[in-house]
Amino acid sequence: MLTKVHTGLDPVPGVWWKPAHKAEKVWVAIAFAWCMVLFAMMPLWHWKGGQNPSGVRRRVDPQKFFARTMEFAKQYKIGDDRGIPIVAPPVGAEVYLTGMTFQWYPILQLQAGAKYKLHMSSLDMNHGFSLFPMNINFQVVPGYDYALDVTPTAAGDFRIICNEFCGIGHHTMVGRVIVVDASGKPVADNASAVVRDREAK
Amino acid sequence: MSAAAFPHRVCPATGLKVSTKAESLIKVNAVVAVVSLLVGAIAALLLVLTRWQAVHLLPAVWYYRILGVHGMNMLIFFIIYFEMAVLWFASTVLLNSRPATPRLGWFSFFLMIAGSALVEWAQWSGRADVLFTSYPPLKAHPLFYLGIILFAVGALTVVGIFFATLVIAKREKTYEGSMPLVVYGAATAAIIAVITLLHGALIYIPTFLWSLGLIKTVDPEVYRLFWWALGHSSQQINVAAMVSVWYLLSALTIGGVVLNEKVSRSAFVLYVLFISMASAHHLLVDPGFSSAWKIVNTSYFMYMAVLASMIHGFTVPAGMELGMRLRGYTDGLFGWLRRAPWGDPGFSAMVFSIVVFGFVGGITGVTLGTEQINIIAHNTLRIPGHFHATVVSGTAMAFMGVTYYVLPLIFQRKVAFWKLAKIQPYLFALGMLLLSMGMTFAGSFGVPRRHWDISFSQAPFDVPFNPAVDLVLAVMGIGGILAVTGALSFIAIAVKSVFFGEPVGTWQTGTDVVGIPQGLTRPPVHAANVDELNEKLHDPARGIAAATPGTLVLVGVFLVAFIVYYFTNWKLLSFLWRVG
Ligand code: HEM
Ligand SMILES: [Cu+2]
Repeated sequence: MLTKVHTGLDPVPGVWWKPAHKAEKVWVAIAFAWCMVLFAMMPLWHWKGGQNPSGVRRRVDPQKFFARTMEFAKQYKIGDDRGIPIVAPPVGAEVYLTGMTFQWYPILQLQAGAKYKLHMSSLDMNHGFSLFPMNINFQVVPGYDYALDVTPTAAGDFRIICNEFCGIGHHTMVGRVIVVDASGKPVADNASAVVRDREAK
Repeated sequence: MSAAAFPHRVCPATGLKVSTKAESLIKVNAVVAVVSLLVGAIAALLLVLTRWQAVHLLPAVWYYRILGVHGMNMLIFFIIYFEMAVLWFASTVLLNSRPATPRLGWFSFFLMIAGSALVEWAQWSGRADVLFTSYPPLKAHPLFYLGIILFAVGALTVVGIFFATLVIAKREKTYEGSMPLVVYGAATAAIIAVITLLHGALIYIPTFLWSLGLIKTVDPEVYRLFWWALGHSSQQINVAAMVSVWYLLSALTIGGVVLNEKVSRSAFVLYVLFISMASAHHLLVDPGFSSAWKIVNTSYFMYMAVLASMIHGFTVPAGMELGMRLRGYTDGLFGWLRRAPWGDPGFSAMVFSIVVFGFVGGITGVTLGTEQINIIAHNTLRIPGHFHATVVSGTAMAFMGVTYYVLPLIFQRKVAFWKLAKIQPYLFALGMLLLSMGMTFAGSFGVPRRHWDISFSQAPFDVPFNPAVDLVLAVMGIGGILAVTGALSFIAIAVKSVFFGEPVGTWQTGTDVVGIPQGLTRPPVHAANVDELNEKLHDPARGIAAATPGTLVLVGVFLVAFIVYYFTNWKLLSFLWRVG
């Protein structure tokens, strides 16, 4: 029942719908089974896993979102760094972060182990939220509010790199997230957090 | 069975009728493809020397500008002009046919040229510093968008002529039975091209109007959805074209056979069916879409396109193995591979294309395109690390390999710089592998793509990357330099052969000729009793591994690598903050 030996350059006379050889059938079956595993992993991780890009998503006016962010920053401001407010919302709060050319606003101070609802959006261009050094990445799109439940796992001084091209100053767009532990370390204006001192230059 | 008379010559090597009119169209498209490759490769060198932070060559403005130039010239112009040549070739030469409307073909060609010229002008003059994705609200000069539209209309017309030519060939009975598998594959690429280019029209026309001020806004998320329906589906054109070229090169270089037409053709059909879902894996961590939508779409409805690639990943090497075994290379598991013509650049390019596409590009692609795993990859250097292993090491390398046959068969020139040509695929493949791995590892540390300065010297806060990043970026840099050397060698060979090459003339079968690939000087013909041999190899009493045991081992290794890489990434993901 084999087809006549031929290459991919030869026209095929007659009917080419012929049964496949055993080896091919077995491989197609294995490949199919693996595809099902690949597929099942995603719903499974929504159910059992801790990292999902789902969240709440809705349209929002960029100006209004930024106004809301400023209001939030004013409400919970505890200090500032490089002219950007450091904001420490209470555990479980709705947290707002706006990307704009070329800045992340404001600086967030969160508590390790506590859950927050982080709203992200942009005032102007597409931006990329990339939390360093965790390597957690989300697309920040103007006109869309992306609200994710986040729970920081450990204290530290984190950065937000912008990883979507947003204009000529894109590579200067870095923000800051501070995660403190139960004893309040590291503190927000803590000098041991390596923060570049522009004035010193 | 007599075909209508049309101006042609008969190819001395294959006996196929080569239409004179189609031949000139194949030539011009191939030449423009190589010119685009040249521009793209020079840009590549500048980029790689900028991203290698220790060198950091270009100033910021020029880095972003050249990044746009590189994306456009490589991914759009080089690849698509070459595909136009493939469509002309497959529908005419391989079917012994005349082209449907060569004059309209020329008109489309000039439309595409006009479009490319506008795009180049806008990019080089700094009027389109928006990268090749041009996500609004970033705005470019209107002529940039118009250029892309003209280019796409031209390409769409050529696809139309391709279908018309298939009809003509069928009606004029230029071949018997069903069209060859290679043409079938090219036809699936063409169908996908229609779907893709229509999405392109749907998004570029409003964006063009917006740039003229005629409409007020283009929704950034809707743009991303449609743009990627163009941008990624077009990658499926490249995959279908590349797989067709694999079947073609396998036949020409070692007499690779088609195991089963039903299996291979069904796999091509799977590509067509699930293609318009391809946009989703660029939007996995975007705010605009629900998880259910993301899961169904990113998996191309349960990974049916992946299944198709895994099928070809078996049938192509198995066809090669069987072809070799039937020609008497039966020793051991891998005698057929060891004794294959590794000095034939058409063969080596095909093998590297298959291996790097499958093992690096395919495995990383499926993994990064998983809804949750994308969180640790989106917009990092892992992404260019992935696609330089698919469209570059896979498609571009397959196209380079087939060029070594197009030069003698279509341009009727010997391949110039023959010694260089023999090592060119090795150089390019090695360079790309290093580049791709360097980028992938750097991305795993969080190094962003499309970023001028990861020392962040002008940023308000420092970002102290792991020192290992310097090392992997050096690997990327060295790999990039090797790959560009490989690409420039290819260009030098192609240009010298086409414009100053020695005519092929005639040659004695069975003796090596400098400048003519082995598949032509020693054609891999099968013995007269080949069907009998085949029957014997497939004797059920000998078990399922009798015909292609080597390939079974290879796909087994592939599957294990796939499983390990995939689950390692889930493990890495589980260490992150909880997000949801
Ligand atoms: C010749 C060797 C090549 C080298 C050394 C090379 C290197 C690079 C580098 C360094 C980048 C920049 C990554 C970044 O900074 O984000 C890049 C981007 C890119 N390359 Fe290549 N590349 C080569 C060939 C190709 C080819 C043949 C294609 C397509 C067929 C291609 C398609 C792209 C695309 C689409 C981008 C992304 C542009 C963007 O982010 O806007 N490259 N390449
Ligand atoms: Cu940016």
